[in-house]
Amino acid sequence: MAHVELKGIAHSYQSSPASPEDYALHTSDLVWEDGGAYALLGPSGSGKTTLLNIISGLVHPSEGKILFDGRDITGLSTSQRNIAQVFQFPVIYDTMTVFDNLAFPLRNRGVPESKVRERVMQVAELLELTDNLKRRASGLAVDAKQKISLGRGLVRNDVAALLFDEPLTVIDPHVKWKLRLKLKQIRQEFKSTLIYVTHDQAEALTFADQVMVLREGRVVQTGSPTDLFERPAHTFVGHFIGSPGMNLLPCVIDTAGVRVDGHSIPLDPAYIARARSVDGELELGIRPEFVRYEPQMMADYLPVEVTEVEDLGNYRIVTTRLGKQLVKVKVGENVSVATGPGWLSFPPEWTYLYIDGDVLR
Amino acid sequence: MRLTLQNVGKVVNGKTHLYGIDLELESGSFNVLLGPTQAGKTSVLRLMAGLDRPSSGKILEDDNDVTTVGVRKRNVAMVYQEFVNYPSFTIYKNIAAPLRRTKHLSKAEIDVKVRVTAEMLHIERLLERLPAELSGGQQQRVALARALVKDAPLLLLDEPLVNLDYKLREELRSEMRQIFSYGTTTVVYAATEPSEALMFGGKTGILDAGRLLQYGPGLEVYHRPVTARVSEIFSDPPINLIGASIGPQGCRLSLNVVFPLADHMRSLSPGDYRVGIRANQIGVVNRSGNGIVIHATVELAEFNGSETYLHARHGDFTMIALLNGVREYALGEAVSLYFDPSRLFVFDVAGELVAGPEWKPYNTKAA
Amino acid sequence: MQKTFDNRAWFLVLPVVLLVAFNALIPLMTVVNYSVQDIFDSTHRLFVGTDWFKEMLRSPRLHNALWRQLIFSGLVLLIEIPLGVLIALMMSKKSGWKTSLTLVLVALPLLIPWNVIGTIWVVFLRPDIGLLGHFIDSVLGISFDYPTVPIEAWISVMLMEVWHWTPLVVLLAYAGLCAIPDAYYQAARIDGASGWAVFRYIQLPKMRGVLTIAILLRFMDSFLIYTEPFVLTGGGPGDSTTFLSIYLVKIALGEFDVGRAGAFSIIYFLIVLAFSYVFYQALQRVGTGEGK
Repeated sequence: MAHVELKGIAHSYQSSPASPEDYALHTSDLVWEDGGAYALLGPSGSGKTTLLNIISGLVHPSEGKILFDGRDITGLSTSQRNIAQVFQFPVIYDTMTVFDNLAFPLRNRGVPESKVRERVMQVAELLELTDNLKRRASGLAVDAKQKISLGRGLVRNDVAALLFDEPLTVIDPHVKWKLRLKLKQIRQEFKSTLIYVTHDQAEALTFADQVMVLREGRVVQTGSPTDLFERPAHTFVGHFIGSPGMNLLPCVIDTAGVRVDGHSIPLDPAYIARARSVDGELELGIRPEFVRYEPQMMADYLPVEVTEVEDLGNYRIVTTRLGKQLVKVKVGENVSVATGPGWLSFPPEWTYLYIDGDVLR
Repeated sequence: MRLTLQNVGKVVNGKTHLYGIDLELESGSFNVLLGPTQAGKTSVLRLMAGLDRPSSGKILEDDNDVTTVGVRKRNVAMVYQEFVNYPSFTIYKNIAAPLRRTKHLSKAEIDVKVRVTAEMLHIERLLERLPAELSGGQQQRVALARALVKDAPLLLLDEPLVNLDYKLREELRSEMRQIFSYGTTTVVYAATEPSEALMFGGKTGILDAGRLLQYGPGLEVYHRPVTARVSEIFSDPPINLIGASIGPQGCRLSLNVVFPLADHMRSLSPGDYRVGIRANQIGVVNRSGNGIVIHATVELAEFNGSETYLHARHGDFTMIALLNGVREYALGEAVSLYFDPSRLFVFDVAGELVAGPEWKPYNTKAA
Repeated sequence: MQKTFDNRAWFLVLPVVLLVAFNALIPLMTVVNYSVQDIFDSTHRLFVGTDWFKEMLRSPRLHNALWRQLIFSGLVLLIEIPLGVLIALMMSKKSGWKTSLTLVLVALPLLIPWNVIGTIWVVFLRPDIGLLGHFIDSVLGISFDYPTVPIEAWISVMLMEVWHWTPLVVLLAYAGLCAIPDAYYQAARIDGASGWAVFRYIQLPKMRGVLTIAILLRFMDSFLIYTEPFVLTGGGPGDSTTFLSIYLVKIALGEFDVGRAGAFSIIYFLIVLAFSYVFYQALQRVGTGEGK
């Protein structure tokens, strides 16, 4: 269990990078607290796997230092770093039994056999693999194999950090639930520092205490799942997290609020005052979950046209048109919505202004 | 084109991959084939395309028996999971490729079709590039364009979005919905995630271990699953299935919770059953007033940003509840869960649905 | 992927079938014909039934040739397979012009016509003008005259054979190694596995398919070997490097004993046929195994 810190880290896969575009990771300082569960969330190409591989040592960073508990370990090889990594697809030793697979990392480090046995049994029980210990690893189903990969990381109790690189990619959606539960239980049992890379926001938000959102080689925001959901610091975070993402409407400042395509939306005067003092492209952001919908006209509500209603079982997504802009609203399954005229309200506590993408506080 | 499968079966090396599938797809319909991996979705798609021949049964396109007709003679377009494009062709040539085979089109006509299709998928600016230079999402759009440009009466998609990151999947999904709403192409889309089936609308067929369990309008299959297995497959988060018995005292769940029978359950004869409650039908608040309470201990609470998935245990059974908002729970904390008995699905011991909550197909047209 | 079935495919095979029939089946029938007759000349033939077969199977010369052949094939496998794998392990898996060049250089011996190979080594090993022969004889001071010393003839034949055919094993093993995803090596590093453990638990198991092919291919080929040793040693000195096929040709052409040779041919043919069957079965299993 270790406190992981990256100082001045930047990485380019090219030998002589010339411009910022050549960098997979832009210079940054990042910290992961001991025992914390983190998710690195971002689209493909955002640099999250590069970041993970720098921590594990599989990639040597072009610039910067890596510190575990304050010790500079940038020069150490992967096996010396005491990390464990689970990959996108199960990596197991085909010729060995499940028991031997789990014992492998311990035996390589010269741990006495009695200790090995104890540890393997403990981890096997946690992962519900005890019945399969004598079987050949190659004969098991994909999710069992992924558990073995995970188990190999857990058997070692000197592990500084457990790293996951999109480990649920090959798992069936139905089985994903069980594995996520397992990961959470492991979290509670082992209290290691866990770093989980994914492009799936549901996985990231359910797994982690702190989520780092990456975009094009930079960490755009770090925060708890709630923070990222309720207070996105950047339009990208608003867009990437949430299904559907945040509504982003171009607007201009008005006397008492902002105007979107001619419609006035009132906001807190102090907020507006701060907005006036900053220059840049202005956008209004509000999540579909927080927009209030009424089928009948209500005071202070904006008239819109409901163009589409998608019934998704548990909830409904209502697509409305405010002038030329599309605004999506999420409503419960019991709310009846019909196409045609409708009325929306934007509660000020959930409405944010973004200047050139960054949130105005 | 109306596609009919009559008692189609597929046996490979002695193992049965498909058992007697009966399916009728209307012309121009959008159909989702939903099922876990290895359910047989790819096998069905391959039979529909003519890449494989069924071991038994018939396949009809608009009343024409095409069971023995190979794929080259059929007019089908297919899109795969692994964005398959000709690596040495430019995007333009990739999209034009299926058109070149039909000799009735002039170069100018081909050019128009390629550009129109490329614009539909927002790749018109990439026409001179090679597939290797494009991102995953762009490559999949090219594969889609290549399938669409054919204007084939049947379009088959085998989990085409599964290799893309989730936001890209969302974008492509809504684009596809728009594209497929025009035209008369019959579309069959294989998927493993229930949310995809619901998002596309249209009809859904549930496939499990080589058998077609149910086929009908998506929402109908969702709200009226004919068997417990269908309800299991078509739910995300997983549906809570609990053993129950109906007797003079009402309904007793194996969790030792007893309650009087709800209206839709009154006509059931006494005996053993299984009830299903969807995660979003369980809450921590007695919403409807007549909620039945289950006392449980919290095993895990997961936050999804706007919702909380609560895993709570009662005896041996772990229930999953989907709660609105972000709620913190401590591990082991006692919690009271409420559900409305009128929302229960009741399945007999064989797994067939014998009683279900009230549901009417939803009409979005203004009254 | 499942195969599609189309009966019209049989027509495509027809030309080949006819060709094979003409070039192989008809001569084979002729051989069978000879094998049951004692032939003095074209007009004097005597039907002897299975006599030749019985005699050949009991013949000590045949047994010796078979014994030599088995030792030879065994040595071939023992040397070429590990050596080939070793060289493949040393080659870089990254693509680039250097790798391509290495592959071409390694594969060169495979491209040379077999009798030319024999000739190259004849000259190479001559103690007077051959680079290697002269080196051993004069520089190292070890007297070297392979045409007259059986053990030296064996060593020469082995050297030539290993030089000629190890590249095949290298290419097969290299292909197998390249197919291993990086993640396995990464996981091994994380698990703290030594180089030997990586070889034993990751590389070797994953090369199972290609190695099966390599072993069976080399065994069958070496069992049939003729040209190179014949050019190099002629089967000598005496009988010391007379392998099965060389022995067969000696009887058939050297002694004009067509009947006996015919019988031996059939036996030889059946042995090789048996091996082909084993090879085919093993390949099938390897094929389905690699389906993941």
